[in-house]
Amino acid sequence: MTSPTANATAAASCAAPDQSAPLPSSVDLTRETVITGIVTNAEGDAVGGAYVRLLDASGEFTAEVVSSPEGVFRFFAAPGSWTVRALSRHGNGELAVDAGVGVNEISLNVATA
Amino acid sequence: MSRDTALVSADWAEKNLETPGIVFVEVDEDTTAYDGGHIPGAIKIDWKKDLQDPIRRDFVNQEQFAALLSERGISNDDTVILYGGNNNWFAAYAYWYFKLYGHGDVKLIDGGRKKWELDARVYSKDVPVREKTTYVAQAPDLSIRAFRDEVVEAIGVKNLIDVRSPDEFAGRLLAPAHLPQEQSQRAGHIPTALSVPWSKAANEDGTFKSDEELAKIYGEAGLDGSKDTIAYCRIGERSSHSWFVLKELLGHENVKNYDGSWTEYGSLIGVPIALGDEPGKA
Repeated sequence: MTSPTANATAAASCAAPDQSAPLPSSVDLTRETVITGIVTNAEGDAVGGAYVRLLDASGEFTAEVVSSPEGVFRFFAAPGSWTVRALSRHGNGELAVDAGVGVNEISLNVATA
Repeated sequence: MSRDTALVSADWAEKNLETPGIVFVEVDEDTTAYDGGHIPGAIKIDWKKDLQDPIRRDFVNQEQFAALLSERGISNDDTVILYGGNNNWFAAYAYWYFKLYGHGDVKLIDGGRKKWELDARVYSKDVPVREKTTYVAQAPDLSIRAFRDEVVEAIGVKNLIDVRSPDEFAGRLLAPAHLPQEQSQRAGHIPTALSVPWSKAANEDGTFKSDEELAKIYGEAGLDGSKDTIAYCRIGERSSHSWFVLKELLGHENVKNYDGSWTEYGSLIGVPIALGDEPGKA
């Protein structure tokens, strides 16, 4: 069973859900490809408020979220090659990800260029 | 319309925070961003609570829009400066409403909340109190709003621009990749629609690309300047962003936003749908 509430939210909205919230129970991890992680700065501290974007294999923009105060971000993608890129007032950073079905966890470091 | 009349820079905004007759409005789907800090003096509009009808599947009507603006203290002769998160998607959507209901002077902050944040400009948590007004909304200008029957008739006739991501266009995803994918409607796109993701029009910091770059993007995608254009996405807010580019920045004449977009079209019985990366045939 999926949760009607979570479905309604997804259908009605294009805005980013709370990034630090636990995965909704409606998310089926045998089907969904979740790319999640934490944005950190050079000192290893979490960076909240960073703009984290998901780029597809051709470098095309696919989605963007704002990291939570704990630096957490999350995407619902599909299996394949992706790039996760973060922009913040503390600097930028990016990482290539080969994602598979289930939860794919990464750590993304940002530094002043 | 042009860039000079429809857009202001973050610098301009910061210099005009105290200017009388200018109202800054943050528009978001999730207003916790506003509550945690906003451009000093800005009021908020909640895309869902304030701009959607609570019962019918539609947005606020003329009377509801007038009541909202009156309650928020916006006058007909105020200059309204909109900005928001999600690369100004919801601010562009609200801009489209202001135009639809005939507001005189409304502009977007180029780059919205993201540019403000990346520039490390100041936020305030103070919520301004504005005196109520008696706002008068005009009858909706339907020359900028497309409905479903018109969209079906436009297949192979007008420019249809699908501004969702390439994977949503092709039918590989049903929603943007920051949302869970479970949904019931069909995937794909309206046959003959050109795929021009909204993001092509924006720089990484959320600002709009130059007019020359924008004209090149739509030209290379195959947009026929002699035809009318209808833009759509999933729920009509990303297509407001592209509508803004085509109508307000590039000055194309007959451009409509189909706010029913894919959540409506992809649930209709019997309409044609194309799958894959190509526009498909009428």
